[in-house]
Amino acid sequence: MLDSADLSDRVAQILADHAGLEGPLLPILHGIQAAFGHVPQAAIPQIAKALNLSKAEVHGVITFYHDFREAPAGRHVLKLCRAEACQAMGADRMAAEVKAALGIDWHETTPDGRVTLEPVFCLGLCACGPAAMLDGRLIGRCDAGIVAEVMA
Amino acid sequence: MKLYLPLDSVAVALGAEAIAAAILTEAARRGIRVDLVRNGSRGMVWLEPLVEVETDAGRIGVGPMTVADVPALFGSAARHPKALGLVEDLPWMKGQTRLTFARVGVIDPLSLADYRAHGGLQGLTRARSMTRAEIVAEVTDSGLRGRGGAGFPTGIKWKTVSDAPGDRKYIVCNADEGDSATFADRMLMEGDPFCLIEGMAIAGLACGAAKGFVYIRSEYPIAIRVMESAIRIARTAGVLDAGFDIEVRVGAGAYVCGEETSLLNSLEGRRGVVRAKPPLPALEGFMGKPTVVNNVISLASVPVILAKGAAFYKDFGHGRSRGTVPLQIAGNVRYGGLYETAFGLTLGQIVDDIAGGTASGRPVKAVQVGGPLGAYHPRADFDTPFGYEDFAGQGGLIGHAGLTVFDDSADMLAQARFAMEFCAIESCGKCTPCRIGAVRGVETIDRIAKGDAAAIPLLTDLCSTMKSGSLCALGGFTPYPVLSALTHFPEDFTPVREAAE
Ligand SMILES: Cc1cc2nc3c(=O)[nH]c(=O)nc-3n(C[C@H](O)[C@H](O)[C@H](O)COP(=O)(O)O)c2cc1C
Ligand code: FES
Repeated sequence: MLDSADLSDRVAQILADHAGLEGPLLPILHGIQAAFGHVPQAAIPQIAKALNLSKAEVHGVITFYHDFREAPAGRHVLKLCRAEACQAMGADRMAAEVKAALGIDWHETTPDGRVTLEPVFCLGLCACGPAAMLDGRLIGRCDAGIVAEVMA
Repeated sequence: MKLYLPLDSVAVALGAEAIAAAILTEAARRGIRVDLVRNGSRGMVWLEPLVEVETDAGRIGVGPMTVADVPALFGSAARHPKALGLVEDLPWMKGQTRLTFARVGVIDPLSLADYRAHGGLQGLTRARSMTRAEIVAEVTDSGLRGRGGAGFPTGIKWKTVSDAPGDRKYIVCNADEGDSATFADRMLMEGDPFCLIEGMAIAGLACGAAKGFVYIRSEYPIAIRVMESAIRIARTAGVLDAGFDIEVRVGAGAYVCGEETSLLNSLEGRRGVVRAKPPLPALEGFMGKPTVVNNVISLASVPVILAKGAAFYKDFGHGRSRGTVPLQIAGNVRYGGLYETAFGLTLGQIVDDIAGGTASGRPVKAVQVGGPLGAYHPRADFDTPFGYEDFAGQGGLIGHAGLTVFDDSADMLAQARFAMEFCAIESCGKCTPCRIGAVRGVETIDRIAKGDAAAIPLLTDLCSTMKSGSLCALGGFTPYPVLSALTHFPEDFTPVREAAE
């Protein structure tokens, strides 16, 4: 666990790295999430102060976007495409099988903290669906066998 | 020995990295020097990963590759069990008119020398010898209309920005590409990033803008990496400089941020809510300054227009849809991928002839054209020519030119329900018809599914409220997939119980 001085040093560094950008909040939040795996609550006042925004404004931006998480995810993040072209190739059925095998629903993490399951609406792999992304790695023609890969 | 293997997301998603490693290992084992170029994809998704071997006769395609197919590449490519012949001669390639995608899959995407050798930078060079008004006129005369969905004439948008007073102006490239069944923007950025850079630089000259942004969705990690590298290379080579520079910005997983005003809010670091228009972004856009917002394909079509002239481009096409369009054929389809052609092919030619029908081999039931806000078309619409007005005339739209094919196992009530669910999930929340209407839409369709036929007129009423009252096309066009499903496939909305009675 990070102590608060450590956290604020790293946030200060990320803020400094983005100084001079026009409209820097999204790049900053991406930077913070890349560093901590989520956007820690404790970072919000510091970001707000640096950008001359209210804490509520920063919080509002974080909650608007599906990408930003306020709590850490599981050790693996599995995203399954739910959009139409993948549906046409059986994505709904595959998602149901994956959910059953993992025992979780969308946006949930297995109790052992191993995997978080998230929906995604299109990965641009629409002619080789169903599409998935496992820890940032793209997968085409995915099937429920992906669960074994996550569990390995 | 020179080999090509795509770095395109599709090739990677189907195992290209393992093939690349196997090629290098096998080459080392045989003591052969290989030059392995990571190119863009030719767009034949069913053949990926597609390796191309350079021979005296041309580039021979081998695919779809598995690791086990690698050793035989080192014999005679033409006799490889998966050899396809010369890639340029494959029917999928020969049938196309590749203007915007001319270099994609052909060149090394990050070689500026390759780019120049294949006609790159000729458009920018010509633009530099022209006045602003001349550049704008050339784009207007080409008939180019926005490829992001709305089909607004690009030259007219540029003229508004060019004529607008302002100490700073911006060129914003919309690379949010959130529609299902679309991947042309991604393929262009991964396969020919300098083409987009050149198009943006020309837009900058035409409008008097010194700064450009490419707003790329976070779901596209490879496109982000390639664009960032290309921009660095373009800066070093002096293609980009203080007179015009470009920055990549990454989205954060919100479909609505593809809508231009929502995108501008996101770029400014705000919640991606839609802004009321007017003011037009062309007059008050990024940071309140005059701003061009154009789709990737609109901007990437500009270099060839400047290089070959407006008349050359305008000569292709059909009706008021001029030039070429990169069709993206997806879903349950035998031959899926990207096919650039002049406007005007019929839906039937695209789905039956080019795409070869479904992957499952079952009959085609419906084709959704134009992404999640586009209509579901039955076979009865198959004689519709691919053009903006033609699809509008069929109660639909071409959008970003994505087509999703469904076989006869599709349940159109479920597809209509998904359209409402998607709208509810992705609504920015600013207007009520979209935010609340979509939630009510899901509930109403669930009632129909349970056998309540009285809910059908409620659904059509709700759709007309969403159509007329929404602030943007998310709520405004969600009725297209919903009502087209209901109109063309009423049997899927007939309660099973009623049939049994
Ligand atoms: C909900 C919604 C999502 C959109 N998504 C995109 C998108 O991902 N890419 C895009 O270029 N245009 C998208 N558009 C259209 C843009 O608002 C805008 O018309 C376009 O970027 C203008 O560029 P163009 O004239 O070159 O097409 C979207 C519109 C709406 C209403
Ligand atoms: S619809 Fe699933 S990747 Fe595009």
